[in-house]
Amino acid sequence: MIETQSLCVSLGGAQVVHDIDLTVERGRLTALVGPNGAGKSTLLAALGRLVPPAAGAIRVDGTEIGRIPSPDLARRLAILRQNAVIAPRLSVADLVGFGRYPHSGGRLTAQDHDIVRDCLADLDLTDLAGRYLDTVSGGQRQRALIAMTLAQTPDALLLDEPLNNLDLSHVRRVMAVARARAETGAAVAVVLHDLTVAARHADHIVALKSGRVFASGPPEEVVTPEILSALYDTPLEVHDIAGKRVVLTV
Amino acid sequence: MRGPPVAKPLVLAGLACALACGLFLTLGARGDWGFVLAFRGQKLAALLVVATSVAWSTIVFQTVTGNRILTPSIMGFDALYLLIQTALVFTLGGVGFAALGQRLQFGIETALMLGAALALFAALLRRSDDLGRLVLTGIVFGILFRSLSSLLNRLIDPSEFAVVQAASFARFNAVNTDLLWIAAATTTVCVALLARRSARLDVIALGRETAIGLGVDHDREARRAMALVAVLVSVSTALVGPVVFFGLLVSALAHAAAGTWRHAVLLPLAALISATVLVGSQTIFERVLALETSVAVVIEGLGGLVFLALVLKGAAR
Repeated sequence: MIETQSLCVSLGGAQVVHDIDLTVERGRLTALVGPNGAGKSTLLAALGRLVPPAAGAIRVDGTEIGRIPSPDLARRLAILRQNAVIAPRLSVADLVGFGRYPHSGGRLTAQDHDIVRDCLADLDLTDLAGRYLDTVSGGQRQRALIAMTLAQTPDALLLDEPLNNLDLSHVRRVMAVARARAETGAAVAVVLHDLTVAARHADHIVALKSGRVFASGPPEEVVTPEILSALYDTPLEVHDIAGKRVVLTV
Repeated sequence: MRGPPVAKPLVLAGLACALACGLFLTLGARGDWGFVLAFRGQKLAALLVVATSVAWSTIVFQTVTGNRILTPSIMGFDALYLLIQTALVFTLGGVGFAALGQRLQFGIETALMLGAALALFAALLRRSDDLGRLVLTGIVFGILFRSLSSLLNRLIDPSEFAVVQAASFARFNAVNTDLLWIAAATTTVCVALLARRSARLDVIALGRETAIGLGVDHDREARRAMALVAVLVSVSTALVGPVVFFGLLVSALAHAAAGTWRHAVLLPLAALISATVLVGSQTIFERVLALETSVAVVIEGLGGLVFLALVLKGAAR
């Protein structure tokens, strides 16, 4: 669905992503992992056309991303940013409703209202729908932003650290929703810090270090003590517990 | 995207505005009604044009820059207009300037204003994530434009100074009616263009990245909105001169009264509130208290208090 070719991205004059070839495929949940400053968020922002590439190409379904009209792209691709700041005083339901803007331009149809209601329910926000964003907690706000991204009903879903501020039960819920979207044919890319979560939920893991792909492949290949210790420059243990991989820092 | 009930503030503001206009037209009228209504009607139309352009330009500017403290006039857009006017008198001479005629002057000034405002916006305001920097830049530029125009005032011939002096102070009781119809037409066009964009403005208010994510070409839309703001500021400055804090007063009242983020409600409500305040205080001061010069002072005073309150409350967003 999304494909990059020798992609380089610069931020404020410094190149932070170098020469990346990567494919985010439909029907698959791709996890981006790596240490702080590895360029994960920048790469994701470039895939979501928020930052223009310095060199190389990004193609969505074979078309250069810059050539796709903006409203068109917004119906096919949605991105959740880290630390998104929402200035106006909006209710949770209003914010999620904005996710339908690319489809109906600000006038919600009955179908749009159904989608908004489903997305609110998916993220356990139904009871908070009428609350103002500035009166809910950080985790609830984060879930509202995720729900808005989901309400865009995109073919490609890009989530930058969606698990920030979330408690255990909502971590599970968000990953389950992301998986469900992948299983119904969407291309999902998620930046994750928790390697155990990545190993459990992802079909494909891309590890970035210093702006380059350090390792990539299915979780069994990437989540190993050797690769992860080298990736983070710190000793990490990988244990098999009940057939699932668990990554420990000691 | 269901907001709270929005019709009520609009209806109330509409009634208040109609009342203010009615009083303005009829209070203390003596003699031939036909003459009184025609004379006052023209003045009322000018006040309504100014009220609308101040309200819309302020709200749109605040949406695009993502703040509630800075307004086009605090940012010095009106000072920029006066600077352009002074520079024109300076280069063409008083006689040459007068020979252009009011409408051509207005046209040239607005065109230059548009270019200058867009350049300024592209250079300074695009990355408006840092509110502190934005407000400081804005205020510094406001002072710069005012100082430059007073420098030019000192350099030009005293008789030519008289030409610009009249335009340099806010004057609500002697609005420039020669320009009224062209100003009204310009404002109507800007209002229509912005009204068509109201849903897009709602999305722009969410911030640059979110807006792009929702498929709005943020940079292009922001540029267009700023161009319309520049034209609206030109209209109000040409008609009544610079008013620094009035826009802020209106936008604070409108945001508080509207209880919604929808520009489709916010913009008309702001225009109604703006017209009520302007026409109402003009009526009270001109007809009831017979203090013709103080309207600008009082409105600016109120607006200044709102500015202080906003800064102290830290209601930056």
